[in-house]
Amino acid sequence: MLDFPRWKIWLVTLTLVVGVYYAVPSFLPERVTQAMPAWLAPQVNLGLDLAGGSQLLLEAETSGVARQRLENMEDVLRRDMRGNGIRIAEVSTSGGALSFLVREPGQVQEATRLARNLAQPTAFGGAREWDLQIEGNRIVMSQTEAGLNEAIDQAMEVARDVIDRRINALGTLEPTIIRQGSTRIVVQVPGMQDPESLKQLIGRTARLEFKLVDLNATPDQLQSGRAPAGSQILPYPEAGEGGRIAVQRRAIISGDMIADARQAFDPQDGRPVVTITFDGTGSQRFASVTSQNVGRPFAIILDNIVISAPNINEPIIGGSAQISGGFTVETANQLAISLRSGRLPVDLTVIEERTVGPELGADSIRLGAISMAIGSVLVLIFMFLTYGRFGLYADTAILLNVALILAIMAIMNASLTLPGIAGFVLTVGAAVDANVIINERIREEQRRGRNVIAAVEHGYKEAQSAIFDANITNVIAGCLLFYFGSGPVRGFAVVLMIGIVTSVFTAVTVTRMFVSLWLRRKRPKELVI
Amino acid sequence: MRLLKLVPDNTNIDFLRWRNVAFAISSLLIAASIAVLAVKGLNFGVDFAGGQMIRVTFQEPPRLDELRERIGALGHGEASVQESRSGPIEIGGAGAGGHEILIRMPLPEGGEEGANQAASEVRATLTQGYPGARVDAVETVSGKVSEELVRAGALALLFAMIGVSIYIWFRFEWQFGVGALFSLFHDVTITLGFFALTQMEFDLNVVAALLTLIGYSLNDTIVIYDRIRENLRKFRRMDMRALINLSVNETLSRTIATNLSMLLALGALFLIGPDVIFSFTAALLISVFIGTYSTMYIAAPWLIWLKVTSDSFLPRDPASRASQGPRNETHDGARV
Repeated sequence: MLDFPRWKIWLVTLTLVVGVYYAVPSFLPERVTQAMPAWLAPQVNLGLDLAGGSQLLLEAETSGVARQRLENMEDVLRRDMRGNGIRIAEVSTSGGALSFLVREPGQVQEATRLARNLAQPTAFGGAREWDLQIEGNRIVMSQTEAGLNEAIDQAMEVARDVIDRRINALGTLEPTIIRQGSTRIVVQVPGMQDPESLKQLIGRTARLEFKLVDLNATPDQLQSGRAPAGSQILPYPEAGEGGRIAVQRRAIISGDMIADARQAFDPQDGRPVVTITFDGTGSQRFASVTSQNVGRPFAIILDNIVISAPNINEPIIGGSAQISGGFTVETANQLAISLRSGRLPVDLTVIEERTVGPELGADSIRLGAISMAIGSVLVLIFMFLTYGRFGLYADTAILLNVALILAIMAIMNASLTLPGIAGFVLTVGAAVDANVIINERIREEQRRGRNVIAAVEHGYKEAQSAIFDANITNVIAGCLLFYFGSGPVRGFAVVLMIGIVTSVFTAVTVTRMFVSLWLRRKRPKELVI
Repeated sequence: MRLLKLVPDNTNIDFLRWRNVAFAISSLLIAASIAVLAVKGLNFGVDFAGGQMIRVTFQEPPRLDELRERIGALGHGEASVQESRSGPIEIGGAGAGGHEILIRMPLPEGGEEGANQAASEVRATLTQGYPGARVDAVETVSGKVSEELVRAGALALLFAMIGVSIYIWFRFEWQFGVGALFSLFHDVTITLGFFALTQMEFDLNVVAALLTLIGYSLNDTIVIYDRIRENLRKFRRMDMRALINLSVNETLSRTIATNLSMLLALGALFLIGPDVIFSFTAALLISVFIGTYSTMYIAAPWLIWLKVTSDSFLPRDPASRASQGPRNETHDGARV
């Protein structure tokens, strides 16, 4: 028991000093810590339930990805076949597969080769993205699971970036945007009280298209929703209740040709509008199409809804356009941000939403801190009354333990949540348990007539297996908590698990060091415990 | 200085004398819990039921039935309006003088749009009808997410119980694992029964508390099992019942000291801690009592019923002997 090597003393002391040091910045006001280098002043983050703010869980509608891929494939296929002089017919995309007929039987082989190239875009490796089926002169291409998943994964990555850009455009917020599972994204915005505008901002797909209006559609066709070949019928709310309009399928301009979008005011009537600037390709296409179609209307389509259908009065060659459509300044600004940040490759819906007001968060912190302080002080007093000197050692260990947990959380940049505060309380309890086991054992060994040193020695030794096993089971429970839990509960699991490690260190190693140093110095004949 | 001694030296209480009575009571409690769970069910919070929960602080205590009517008149389904917690002890500060009310509404029709609309209409009603009312939190959970959370929560509890029992089996013997599993089942079922009976809100936090309960309740079990194993090696010929009694008595002061400090820490959190985690701390508090009880009367007696003997811990292979090496040494000296 007396041997506690010098290097170990240094190591333990160093750990404690570093730990206690890193616990301090979390209590300092921000202006102080900002003046210090970041690695010297890490702070514990407050979870949303303590800091106040909003959290949204978004889920992607992945069927849109499959449909989009199918449409893209149809476009590319038609172009390729046309480019190689292969005539195809009966192109259909129903049932999630692209099927077409090769007119000339002699061209089937060539068509198959082209389709196969499209099905496997990368020459080496990589999963095949499409399955090919050839029946006579009909070729059917269906999406493989792997290809689709890959596409969804990419779409989600893009969606995450788009959301990031959109929220950052709002300014000073410090959002956390992380993917969860394969089709979900969690957005946390501390300090945001009304998630309404946030939801409108990130919920909008912002797929902007300019298409020519198909004037050949009869009212009957509009009514029934059956569009003429090459056209589609879209809702047009501006034209009154249930308004519809037919537009050509081929877009003149799509969202990816937009270089910039800003909120502005219409010079004529002062209403809020969004002005958009096209990139090079967009400008050229827009100029050529508008000069060929002077006098005809085109439709401005946002997320498959026509927001206006102005006439082309003259060719538009400046590379910019203006969208009006009953905006307020705020909605115009939101649309501009959405367009600027690019369109979402998937539609997102909010499936879970939590908002906590700053007052509630502050109350929680205050009450949590007060109750934790009272509880801990009671425990500290109790330990001292029960075990005297050994109780004081245990108390010191508990305080060091709390500091170490805070320090590790700060370094890991983990978030402290309300259940996390409860986790602290519980950890204090668990740390006490280790010392109680040890001290009771020492009492027992002494009662059996062992001398001071042997009693302490045996106390620590015999207690070890129980402490170890008890902590392992807590780790098991903690891992499951972390794995299955979400949000605040995870915060609790983090505190619990860090606490298990640090409490074993402080309650066993650190108190042992105290005790052995004391025994060495005083060599007591009797133990009061 | 004279130190506090909670348990006199050399106590010798025959705890196991009441094991059959305790077993009967526990069985009854488990049966009753399952019955209450089946009949009344748990009062799921929005996490598990889906829907919308709005937490509001009023300046003046509002009349609940009037508030309920006003919100019902909005036509978003039947709202449940209740005080945030029963019998609170408030201490000074911003929270004092406020009256926290929880409004729960079923998941609105029309998905996201509907939820937005319902929330903003309720907000408007509150600010118009009750000056100074402050919306503290809004939570909306869709049916899809809530179903997943229920499944994840149930799986986590199940895996935790099985996981730690398997661990005990590895570290001790299979009988100990079975005993631990039964005592965990006992603890979790009765706590669930308690929540069904009181209709206290059951949310994600409570599942977290149950998982903690599993870890904590086992803490007690392990300490006593550890002592039983030690005594089994020491006293080869002692009757199992006497041996368990001895072990429980030897660790009694530890049991009491630890649980008392746990009660002190959790009691403070329960009485003056934040409202939001009230059910959470309640569950943890219950676990302190149930965990201790089940260790003595469920986990330990199973060792008798499963006929654990000192032979169970005879070293069988060199590997286990090696890992147990230092322990045996110390016992050789102490063997009676």
